[in-house]
Amino acid sequence: MSRIMGNGRMVFFDHQSTTPVDKRVLDAMLPFFSESYGNPSSHIHKLGVASGQALDKAREQTAALIAADPEEIVFTSGATESNNLAIRGYLQANRDKGKHIVASSIEHFSVMNQLQSLKRDGYDVTFVGCDKYGMVDPMAVRKAMREDTALITVQCASSEIGTIQKIANIGQFTQKRGVFFHSDAAIAAGNIPVDVNELGVDSLSMSAHNFYGPKGVGALYLRKGNLIKCQIEGGMQEFGLRSGTENMPGIVGMGKASAIAKEEMPIRIEHAKNLQIKLWDWLDNNIDYLEFTGHPMYRLPGHVSFWVKYIEGESFLLMLNMKGIMCASGSACASNLKGEDEEDLAASHVLTAVGVPVEYCSGSLTVTLGKDNTEAELDYMISVLPPIVERLLSMSPLYADKLKGDDPYSM
Amino acid sequence: MAKSFPYSDQVMDHFSNPRNMGEIPDADVVADVGNPACGDMMRLYLKIEDGRIIDAKFKTFGCGAAIASSSMLTEIIKGKTVDEAEKITNRQVVDALGGLPPVKVHCSVMAEEALSNAIKQYKNRGNGSGQN
Repeated sequence: MSRIMGNGRMVFFDHQSTTPVDKRVLDAMLPFFSESYGNPSSHIHKLGVASGQALDKAREQTAALIAADPEEIVFTSGATESNNLAIRGYLQANRDKGKHIVASSIEHFSVMNQLQSLKRDGYDVTFVGCDKYGMVDPMAVRKAMREDTALITVQCASSEIGTIQKIANIGQFTQKRGVFFHSDAAIAAGNIPVDVNELGVDSLSMSAHNFYGPKGVGALYLRKGNLIKCQIEGGMQEFGLRSGTENMPGIVGMGKASAIAKEEMPIRIEHAKNLQIKLWDWLDNNIDYLEFTGHPMYRLPGHVSFWVKYIEGESFLLMLNMKGIMCASGSACASNLKGEDEEDLAASHVLTAVGVPVEYCSGSLTVTLGKDNTEAELDYMISVLPPIVERLLSMSPLYADKLKGDDPYSM
Repeated sequence: MAKSFPYSDQVMDHFSNPRNMGEIPDADVVADVGNPACGDMMRLYLKIEDGRIIDAKFKTFGCGAAIASSSMLTEIIKGKTVDEAEKITNRQVVDALGGLPPVKVHCSVMAEEALSNAIKQYKNRGNGSGQN
């Protein structure tokens, strides 16, 4: 551990990757491991019935978070599964609708990779670009729609650059045209207000571990009246849409996390925003060669993302890590460490879609502040940033050239 | 052999306390490899006297593995003759660092390329073993 956390401190500023399980959520989950451990399908005996009731309650709580009906919630293993169930599930059940898909160019891998597979299966995919803030123009989505468009998929918000999309605007015309509209709300649901009726979506993915619930559980919202084909077949649980004995502790946890998130959302948003603004202002005034990414206004609370010229993202992360500060980077090196070979190294597709030159992607950093972060932690990060940036600049041949008047980034 | 943290103690040591980081203003050769688009760039400075590398310094734009590879390379070559240094491979850098993750081995290759680039420059100036 010592080589990872040089000084024993632990400051978690990476809430876009995951969040800790809230104690109240954990307390709600625990009985479902070894005390009330019934299988909801055992609908006659006491333990089974108790689990069945807990399942119903969790479904209500999860639905309430997004203003849906409980019967419109299907529990899954997470947003990745929900995205697969929604997209493949819808297309397989509605082959008559056409072979064209419209998607944003900044979707999560669980959508992107599916779309690449679907292209190989004969689907035609139009990727709609975004502006330099990562904002997708709803009119561009509308223009991309064709007679044979079967499905549209645009995420609610980007984990990487924080931009919140204009989903409601898109939902307006997808509803008019009767085209199925899916939105990956993995980072949005539970963190910002998400109302499926306001948004006009037909399906939406939720992820418990992004709002202080456990990993391994999520949900798919599916608007009544839409048909999808089950992807995991078996005992017909979850309205026949997702078989398998329910992950009771996880589902109960998701329900509790949803209930708490709904109630505490205004406070959480304000807290995160205050920290975000403080960090934003400080970075703007104190770190040279820095550019922020994502939309300045329509962004996730607590989300600060930026790139710094002349320095590389992974080394930046490592140095912060040595001080106990945990963030994320959009650099090729930092995002694909587990890849098999060099082919896996690629600058973040989100940053390149937004138009950040590949050279700059290398220095990008994503800091995401959460409900448990304090101003003291922020002050600590602020105190260590200048020496870190200075050190990295001193190591950089690009900066050395810039000082001599030969800026490698100028055209 | 799955490790959760990708870097060995040696890599982290060379990353946090790089050896020979800096410039040699009156260097005999300066070699650049890589570019920011790749996410890696290394600049190697060599001071050579009587066919022996008496000083080596580096500046690197890159990840932990890139910085560590650069640092380790300069450690390995200091004091060696040019002919001895020419035989050094990226594998030696990787081994000296206690291994690198597969996706990072290219950082050690970059270090080897910087060295061979530097030596080629030195030899093309009419120095070294007299071969052309």
